[in-house]
Amino acid sequence: MRIARDTTWPEISFEERIGTAEFRIHERAHIVVDGDSCRGCSTRECVTACPANLFVPTSDGGILFNYENCFECGTCYMVCNKEGAISWSYPEGGFGVVFHRT
Amino acid sequence: MNVTDADVIVVGAGPAGSCAAIELARAGRRVILVERGPFPGSKNMYGGVVYPRVLDQLIPSWWETAPVQRWVTRRSTMVLSETGALTIDYRNPSWGAPPYNGATAYRPDFDNWLAQHAVDAGATLVTSTTVTGLLRDERGRVSGVRTDRPDGDLTASVVIACDGVNSFLAKEAGLYPHTDPANFTLGVKETLALPKSVIDERFNVRDDQGVDIEILGGTSGVNGGGFVYTNLDTVSLGAVLKLPKLAAQKKRPEEIIAGLKSHPAIAPLIEGAEVKEYSAHVIPEAGLSMMPTMVTDGLLVAGDAAALCLAAGIWLEGVNFALASGMYAGQAAHEALSRGDVSARTLAIYTERLNSTFVLRDHKKLRKIPGLVLSDRVQQKYPAFVTGVVERVFRVENPSPKPGLRRIVKEERKKAGIGLRDLLKDGWTGLRGFG
Repeated sequence: MRIARDTTWPEISFEERIGTAEFRIHERAHIVVDGDSCRGCSTRECVTACPANLFVPTSDGGILFNYENCFECGTCYMVCNKEGAISWSYPEGGFGVVFHRT
Repeated sequence: MNVTDADVIVVGAGPAGSCAAIELARAGRRVILVERGPFPGSKNMYGGVVYPRVLDQLIPSWWETAPVQRWVTRRSTMVLSETGALTIDYRNPSWGAPPYNGATAYRPDFDNWLAQHAVDAGATLVTSTTVTGLLRDERGRVSGVRTDRPDGDLTASVVIACDGVNSFLAKEAGLYPHTDPANFTLGVKETLALPKSVIDERFNVRDDQGVDIEILGGTSGVNGGGFVYTNLDTVSLGAVLKLPKLAAQKKRPEEIIAGLKSHPAIAPLIEGAEVKEYSAHVIPEAGLSMMPTMVTDGLLVAGDAAALCLAAGIWLEGVNFALASGMYAGQAAHEALSRGDVSARTLAIYTERLNSTFVLRDHKKLRKIPGLVLSDRVQQKYPAFVTGVVERVFRVENPSPKPGLRRIVKEERKKAGIGLRDLLKDGWTGLRGFG
């Protein structure tokens, strides 16, 4: 017998989820993704692993990336198999994610 | 006249950096504490409990002012199968009275509180400033840091890198020979709002008593673990996921959290709770085997930057290692300055102190455990084995007579696909490894 799993909490979309964290967005992208490297990538570790879901596959086989709601955790560059595909640095001082209740 | 901007620059105002700065400022050193967030703690999250015992040495009666959510008076370890759960639960209200043991706290509050002690001691705290690299003198020794401020170079005799798990300073200094993603986990967490009275009832505690539940299994087959712990009027729930395993499958972190939340042993605890804050951070999980060289000329590394995080199954600690390593780094920098020699040879006072205290003694003693805990057998097979045995022991199958315990263990071991030789090997590693 398979017991039904409870989902007794309010369901939220990913946008609502990420909206619970504060991000102070700087105009400079602190992470730059090289689209050419991504087009040849079949494993796409970043797409699954990035907790902020910032890596989105496009129909032409590339990756669409947005730095704005980034947790600055480092997962993407650590799991990436393509040397040089992800240029990673911290945002300007005072910008980026600001945690409050965690 | 001073030729440098400071005696010591501490990079990162987390628990390691603030303790280093407190030690140095109290010793009369000119210290600048640089933080890239708008306030100390604003970049920091964790997976649950602070064990601040070592603060007794720096801030006597710290518990009277520390911004604690709840005192952990109940500590549980839970093993999950698909629908079953085995929990070992220890509770003692004496942990909720001075001198206390562990506490839950919001890191933005706790880290900010600690950094204020550094400021009170005379350290200069500079926030909203990202350190972008190291400065070196003509002989190649570290002599300061570059920041993203205009004219942002800061010079000092010693730099202490407490810049967190990604430590670009330790890497730039060549102190990490290699960084294998298998040494790291991703921690993701939901802070879930519930009324205090509801939390008290569901977790069976009262007043400022709190619960920490650490979980093996329930992470959708990705090696790692889960956790649930109580704050005053929120519950923190999350998962810790081994990076290569996470990346190699298709379930995203928030889906793995949803799976954990829907487990029959977890769902009733957080029913109706809304997400107040979602957060994520990477954890250096592999212990001694991944640690960098701690010292080079003019530079010390402490806290997560030095991979000083203890992920040993029944012990999951990090903030205390950061507090202590920062404190010892501050002491070592002060002593080296007093001797007029900040070369690696003298700064090695720091390494000696780590070696002679719990910081590296715990890590050396438990060096085999992080690998064992994150191994495929412990992660993928043992939860089903353990819960299977308990299920069989407590299930009454009358009119059939009870099977013998040895038979149950043997059958469940085989069902879980665990060879006797492997079980004995892991048992031996565990017995020896836990010392």
